Amino acid sequence: MMSSLLPFSIFFIGAGLALFTKGILRAAIMLAIPIVGAINLYMTPADAASNVTLLGYQLDLLRVDKLSLLFGYLFHLAAFLGIIFSLHVEDRVQHVAGLVYAGSALGAVFAGDFITLFIFWELLAVSSVFLILARRTERSYGAAMRYLLIQVGSGVIMLAGIGLYAMATGSTTIKQIGLQNWDQGFAGMASWLLLLAIGIKACFPLLHNWLTDAYPEATPTGTVFLSAFTTKVAIYTLARTFAGTELLVYIGAGMAMFPIFFAVIENDLRRVLAYSLINQVGFMVVGIGIGTSLAVNGAVSHAFNDVIFKGLLFMSMGAVLYRTGKINGSELGGLYKSMPWTTGFCMVGAASISAFPLFSGFVSKSMVMVAALEEHHSAVWLALLFASAGVFHHAGIKIPYFAFFAHDSGLRPKEAPINMLVAMGLAAAICIFNGSYPWLLYSMLPYPVDYQPYTAAHVLTQSQLLFFSALAFVWLQLRGLYPPELPGINIDAEWFYRRALPAIGHWGRNAAAAVYNEWLGLRGAVVRGANAGLYRLHGPDGVFGRTWPTGRMAFWTTVMLGAYVLTSYF
Amino acid sequence: MSSLQEHLPILQILVPLFGAILTAFTRSGTTAWAIAAVSSAISPFISAALLIKVTTTGQPISYVMGPWAAPWGIEYRVDLLNGFILLLVSLIGLVSIPYARKSVAQEIDSHKQSWFYTMYLLCLTGLLGICITGDAFNAFVFLEVSSLSTYTLIALGRQRRALVSAYQYLVMGTIGATFYIIGVGLIYIVTGTLNFVDLAARIGPAMPELSRPIIAALAFMTVGISLKLALFPLHVWLPNAYAFAPSFATAFLAGTATKVAIYLLLRIFYTFFSNAIPFYSLPISEFLLVLSLAAMFVASFTAIFEENAKRMLAYSSVAQIGYITLGIALANKIGLAGSLVHMFNHAIMKTALFFALGAMVYRTGVARMSSLSGIGRKMPITTAAFVVAGLGLIGVPGTAGFISKWYLAMGAIEHGWIWLVFLIVLSSLLAVVYVGRFIEIAYFREPSSDIADSHEPPLSMLAPLIALAAATIYLGFDTRLTGGVARQIADFLLSGVVLGGTQ
Repeated sequence: MMSSLLPFSIFFIGAGLALFTKGILRAAIMLAIPIVGAINLYMTPADAASNVTLLGYQLDLLRVDKLSLLFGYLFHLAAFLGIIFSLHVEDRVQHVAGLVYAGSALGAVFAGDFITLFIFWELLAVSSVFLILARRTERSYGAAMRYLLIQVGSGVIMLAGIGLYAMATGSTTIKQIGLQNWDQGFAGMASWLLLLAIGIKACFPLLHNWLTDAYPEATPTGTVFLSAFTTKVAIYTLARTFAGTELLVYIGAGMAMFPIFFAVIENDLRRVLAYSLINQVGFMVVGIGIGTSLAVNGAVSHAFNDVIFKGLLFMSMGAVLYRTGKINGSELGGLYKSMPWTTGFCMVGAASISAFPLFSGFVSKSMVMVAALEEHHSAVWLALLFASAGVFHHAGIKIPYFAFFAHDSGLRPKEAPINMLVAMGLAAAICIFNGSYPWLLYSMLPYPVDYQPYTAAHVLTQSQLLFFSALAFVWLQLRGLYPPELPGINIDAEWFYRRALPAIGHWGRNAAAAVYNEWLGLRGAVVRGANAGLYRLHGPDGVFGRTWPTGRMAFWTTVMLGAYVLTSYF
Repeated sequence: MSSLQEHLPILQILVPLFGAILTAFTRSGTTAWAIAAVSSAISPFISAALLIKVTTTGQPISYVMGPWAAPWGIEYRVDLLNGFILLLVSLIGLVSIPYARKSVAQEIDSHKQSWFYTMYLLCLTGLLGICITGDAFNAFVFLEVSSLSTYTLIALGRQRRALVSAYQYLVMGTIGATFYIIGVGLIYIVTGTLNFVDLAARIGPAMPELSRPIIAALAFMTVGISLKLALFPLHVWLPNAYAFAPSFATAFLAGTATKVAIYLLLRIFYTFFSNAIPFYSLPISEFLLVLSLAAMFVASFTAIFEENAKRMLAYSSVAQIGYITLGIALANKIGLAGSLVHMFNHAIMKTALFFALGAMVYRTGVARMSSLSGIGRKMPITTAAFVVAGLGLIGVPGTAGFISKWYLAMGAIEHGWIWLVFLIVLSSLLAVVYVGRFIEIAYFREPSSDIADSHEPPLSMLAPLIALAAATIYLGFDTRLTGGVARQIADFLLSGVVLGGTQ
């Protein structure tokens, strides 16, 4: 039977322990959980299985193969980094919620059937909302409630899809289902519902608002957890069920492109990162959509690297927020003087997300792009190329520049706490390691890898893309040692980018901003209108909320009887 | 021992009834409580013994009063359906009684406490009686016993508005009971019998000639009972009754009274009318469907905007009753099972919620949402239990509520109504909002001045609460009692076998 523990159970037990301990003891327990979990996972035999029966269905709680193992190790690693990063926080709610959240992600990854997946899918939603609520502001409350509604909504759509799928096929095992036509009855409907449910969690365009709405409102440490798990569980599920679905290629290309416009005009730096998170997930969706072994390998390895470098970027911004209480680009600047380590780590993350050679983004993102070319998706390849340049602008330059350099805001916060630095340092080391020596990561991928990232052609392709920008950026980095000259250099770089992307940059950005503002206005008006209407009807003074006089109750009883008798006779 | 076993059905009624008589003669609240505790503790054992006997033999238990044989005399008859409900009601009585002592001692004047327990025991007697009897008129008598004692329980609330609420409920409850008895009268004229089994046999042959009175009888009974079970829009008495009754009475009634009314509705639909008029040929299933959906949405929205936490939970009850009647309206095996499962689960969860809220009121004296802000820091265990039961209400996987909604959703799919699955899900999202609102207020706001020096309630109140919260989780994983039994019940209700077995 079971020679090892179920991966999620270790986190759940740990959450229970963290609930009743505090201080050093809790810190020790929390640090031990991912370590024990990883050892346990390593000891888990390849044929391990664990079945329970619920509602007459066999639940398969432990499906071990290369794909689930890779995500399993990734989530242990991400949890470990997140826990270190949040060790200084004395907030029981956040610690417990973070552990349950990470455990739920593991449960979802090792789920062998849809019902188990659904259970953890909902647990992910419910546990993660506490990380947003824990910010304890009016804004975060609103964002958390919207987030929870959409996440639970995704779960119930999934449940409907699972129900139909079970009726159509008589099985709830997770396997490749692919998209089918509506007219194929339950099976067709099930496939669309499941894609929609996964799409919400994976932030497909127009389904993405929850992420950019809620993640920037979470606590400094909470966002680090949030960025690691929810979307990656969705990507994992997508890879399990919809690999090779062509529609995903175009959805993914859209996802990679549209956030760039918003990221450029956004001032809240954590929201910029939220947009770039969607952009990176877009690359993964393209990879899954292409579905060749190279593309899926690329998508999966990019998911791995993204968790680390996006986590690193969120950590560095979290450290800034923690120390200064500010996160808007316009209010920050010059922080490198007093937070040099954070600055350095942030730059490693920025280089990784921009896919500089020798940094982790390079070895995985290029796999997806090469796969797109191999399958003759030239337009998609161009879209991804454009997206790569965009990433470099908003995540590679904008984030470190506005936070740490730019005009000096006069803020001189202390360097981040030691635990934050350790977490960022580890993440940065992994980014560089995976970028320089990708073979360990490649060996864990679901398909055998015969891909060479460091061929002259690949390096040249990336260099062509980044040529002028890289030059400017490296120059900036080098000259960054000389603070007085910094602002001018950056304006050059900014100006260059706007010149390089003339039409799309300006027109697209303005159009996007205009459309987005219209949409916000319209949505606001609809929501306000609906809310007022609901309140009029259902509020304490509304017809459904107030106390009726006895006579009116009796009157309605008679009406019911009359209506009922009449309809019965005819 | 064997003779005692034979008399179990009547003992189920006699134990609380004698308890009520004894408490009426006592002066001290503590003595009265002790008597109530003993009666409440014995009841679940009797119910469990009855249910086990029914499940093992597969035959209903029939018990006849005195020398009058079944169709003429009053018969008590226990089958799977009412065995299940009997167990539910007496279990809620059992977990409630430890909670009662402190809560009642604080909220009721000491010279009225023994009367309070008398009324509680009479109410328990009435509810168990409705379940166990096999006679339509006898059910009416027990309905009145439970209703009259309920009015008194509500009127004993601390605020003066409790009197108005009790009065409104009295008027509405009486209308409901009158409708029921009019229906019983009509079928008695048609068939000449009041015994459920006998009715089932005679009503079918009588149908071709006398269809009009039979249909009218069904209409009167349905609407009358709908009032008692608070089906939308006949629910308007419920929020105030729950809000102003003493905390203990609210918790007990929320778990039992409406469930027993639903049982009576099922009994009427499926045991004797189904022989005359198949369920699906009536407009009743459309009626129930529309009203259930209206309840699920309208009452949930009202709960979202409600400022008084007790009324919020009361409106949530109306919405949850909507789920139960929805399962009845689906009228297929799995939907009906979902309805029965949700009866049980909702009783557990809502009683837990009212216990938790009652404990907060016990310590703070307030039930307004705004006054309860930050209560999670002052009463962490109580609030945590509230949250667990609240998650159950939403239907989060791993809680009892998920099991109910799963059955209901599968029932809707089996009917081919995919849109209904969406509506079920959508209305669950409304529960997310009102439960989420309480969580936010309880945990993420600074404690208000009203609750400054409050702390956890006494163990006697905490223990039942924790037990119910644990049951909410447990029933989310072990579905043998709820799902297993419910499916058997749904099987025999739909198979048309009279009262679960041959005569």
